[in-house]
Amino acid sequence: MLLLLAITALAIAWLRDLFAAVMLAGIYGLLSASFFVSVDAVDVAFTEAAVGAGIFPLLMLAALALVGRNEQTAYRRPLISLLLVSITGAALVLGTLDMPAFGSADAPPHNHVAVRYIEESPKEIGIPNMVTSVLADYRSFDTLGEVVVVFTAAMGVLGLLFTGRAASPGSATERANMYDHRVLRVVSKMLIPLILLFALYVQFHGEYGPGGGFQAGVIFAAGIILYAMLFGFGNAQRVVRPALLQILAACGVLIYGSVGVVCLLSGGNFLDYSQLLPDPLVGRHVGILVIELGVGITVASAMILIFYAFASATVNSEEVA
Amino acid sequence: MLPELYNYWVVILLMMTGFYIVIVQGNLIKKLIGLNLFQTSVFIFYISLGKVSGGSAPIFAEGVSSYSNPLPHVLILTAIVVGIATTALALALVIRIRNAYGTVEEEELQQRDLEC
Amino acid sequence: MLSHLPILQVVVPLLAAPACLLLDRSRLVWIFTVLACGLSLLISMLLLYQVSQHGTLSYDLGGWDAPWGIEYRIDLLSAYVMLVVSGIATLVIVAAGTGLEREIPLEKQTVFYVTYLLCLAGLLGIVATGDIFNVFVFLEISSLATYALIAYGRDRRALWAAYQYLIVGTIGATFILIGIGFLYSLTGTLNMQDLAARIPDSAGSRTASTAFVFIVVGVCLKLALFPLHLWLPNAYAYAPSLVTAFLAATATKVAVYLLIRLHFSVFGEQFASSSLPLHGILLTLGLAGVFVASLVAIFQPDIKRLFAYSSIAQIGYMIIGIGFGTAIGLQATLLHLFNHALMKGALFLALAAVVYRLGSADISAFRGLGRRMPWTMAAIVIGGLSLIGMPLTVGFVSKWYLILAAIEAGMWPVALLVVTGSILAVVYVWRLVEAAYFQPPENELPEGLDGPDRREAPLTLLVPTWLLVLVNIYLGIDTRLTVGTSGAVASALLGGGQ
Repeated sequence: MLLLLAITALAIAWLRDLFAAVMLAGIYGLLSASFFVSVDAVDVAFTEAAVGAGIFPLLMLAALALVGRNEQTAYRRPLISLLLVSITGAALVLGTLDMPAFGSADAPPHNHVAVRYIEESPKEIGIPNMVTSVLADYRSFDTLGEVVVVFTAAMGVLGLLFTGRAASPGSATERANMYDHRVLRVVSKMLIPLILLFALYVQFHGEYGPGGGFQAGVIFAAGIILYAMLFGFGNAQRVVRPALLQILAACGVLIYGSVGVVCLLSGGNFLDYSQLLPDPLVGRHVGILVIELGVGITVASAMILIFYAFASATVNSEEVA
Repeated sequence: MLPELYNYWVVILLMMTGFYIVIVQGNLIKKLIGLNLFQTSVFIFYISLGKVSGGSAPIFAEGVSSYSNPLPHVLILTAIVVGIATTALALALVIRIRNAYGTVEEEELQQRDLEC
Repeated sequence: MLSHLPILQVVVPLLAAPACLLLDRSRLVWIFTVLACGLSLLISMLLLYQVSQHGTLSYDLGGWDAPWGIEYRIDLLSAYVMLVVSGIATLVIVAAGTGLEREIPLEKQTVFYVTYLLCLAGLLGIVATGDIFNVFVFLEISSLATYALIAYGRDRRALWAAYQYLIVGTIGATFILIGIGFLYSLTGTLNMQDLAARIPDSAGSRTASTAFVFIVVGVCLKLALFPLHLWLPNAYAYAPSLVTAFLAATATKVAVYLLIRLHFSVFGEQFASSSLPLHGILLTLGLAGVFVASLVAIFQPDIKRLFAYSSIAQIGYMIIGIGFGTAIGLQATLLHLFNHALMKGALFLALAAVVYRLGSADISAFRGLGRRMPWTMAAIVIGGLSLIGMPLTVGFVSKWYLILAAIEAGMWPVALLVVTGSILAVVYVWRLVEAAYFQPPENELPEGLDGPDRREAPLTLLVPTWLLVLVNIYLGIDTRLTVGTSGAVASALLGGGQ
């Protein structure tokens, strides 16, 4: 598995065609996702598959459509760079020499903080998925930070690209390239509701199996983006309006934050869900459910917003040309 | 020692391939692909840290006594999201650069800045 | 509610940001942003008071005890840095009320304010947290917001500068992430206190040394230590002037804070100096930074760029202070950290006023400005004097302690070089003074501007600038507060590091 990853990485370095490099990067994401499954990280695998093999190539392709796929210039200072990289790599290898062996159960990481997560969380938090317990409860402030990162990126992209105008219906770009593929259209018409439904399932199933707000948000966004690609951005923007998305993205962060504030007002520390309800365990459940919802809303609307912004840039640059 | 750490060394090779692409390439998009490669490889490194031989996925189940470490998984979930957010912002910048300069090659950009 | 201050400090701007987006009326958004920043300034004042009265505060997020949950830990150092950050943020945003209209189109202002608040929240989060992975998350919030803010610059080169900064910043963050991973593999924890207790167990381990190197290099990329500074001049020069004022006074300072925190509180001075010839490296790079950057600054036609290079030089001074490895050296670094934030805040705000009136920060625009904008120019002169290290300004205090530290360490050449560096500062500040006071104003008007615009800057820009200038002078004369605090912090960091 790692060998395959290495081959893909070298191929990316070698290739001149950006389009192929993006595709390989997607494959790299998929390969690393399967590696994650093989080392028991199912939640991470799910996310990496959705991001590395889904959103990342999608955004890259949208950008490539604007800037062209061919790389021109030669390498800059290849020797110095190679030297720098070799030194960095050598330092890292040196650093691994005193590291605990791969997979050994008595390594320090598995015998300090993590012990409590593994042994106590099913009782303390009351849900079987330990990753969700840590993500949404023990370290839920990191997750709030993560949602804010997504929100920040959406704001940044908005400030950079968004012109506020929706693509006018009926224009040349309205009929997206794939509109003529009748089979695609029919299939995806059936598929899109299923994708959105699956997103909801992932959203609310995160406590028991792999999944949660982030993955659900990405899948939901993928469904809407698919719709936009097939039926034109003008149509998609009429169904899901950019202004609404902005409000939703902000609301997701606010939902998450206000759970924290409510905990604070009911006498606990920030994000201490056990204060939400008389029964602490039920309170934790409710808390996790609500913040995951906040995550899902922000991630989905931020991703769609970013994609819209890229698309509107396409329209504008075509108008210039 | 060798077979025990071999995994980490391959991951380091992956990281450095990504890092090399970032610094050596002149094309702004290719740089981002390299950056993504670099980051994804760091994720693989973290997840390798969390593996316990004979352990199973950290979802509680009856009759399972050994689980892999959930903490690195949580950290990397966060890091993946941070990574894609950075990529999205960077791509938006590249699109604007392309519209303003008409190129996404580093050398040409520097030339055009010198001209004015 | 008072016991929740540590988290409120970060959460107030963090949640104010999305709330701002919902308002979506640019005047209203501005008032709201000013309120949020002011509230966060108030909180930081209260926190500083609490910490100085009752000692270090610890706050468990989610109610989970420290190594399992995330801990916020406010000591004197973090309280002080947060005061500086939120204070500067408030002044800059007050100035933005009028100063922004010429730099950013109205329809983008709401998103601008949202990003600004997010950047502030990120910076405060880095300072407040006691968890090393949480540092990474908030570092990325502030960084992404910073890239976006820089890209608002009108010049197309702002985009290119933002992109370069993004690449360098992300490499830096990834290096830090690698370092955190190595540390975790050794200790199994992410809490800084817990790490500090567990790292000595693995002293001499190559893994720990590698972790240290990667974290330090990552942070140094962020704080633009010579020779990793290449992203900074363009970023500062082409960003909107008010953004430059905010970033120059806060972002690099927070990075220096992070270096100090990780170096002294997590690894401990003993580990850091025993595993590497770190002191020598820091001294050399710091001095090289001072000289190269000051020399380059002398030849810059663009004044924003000039002061950007001067910032790199000033960061050099801070690094020299750490390089001595003594309490008084560290004290000099801390003093300079606070003082430089005050000077550069004042200078870049004054420059923002110049850009507001003249639309340019080129040296030619400054000709005869002493008469046309007397208050703004006076602010720049006092800020410049402070930069040089004239007595009666804050700049003197920190330089003085730096020289004391050099003499105490028996490094006479270093003391001499610090003085020489100040002479270089005299040269680049003099160029500006000469243009403003001894050259006649240009006759032809800069394009696009008519006569009435060539007068003193509006009060909303002048008042925040002069507030900073007055603080500059006040703290240069009455040094009890800054010297006392930094002395206490330095001895706590060196003594209590173990």
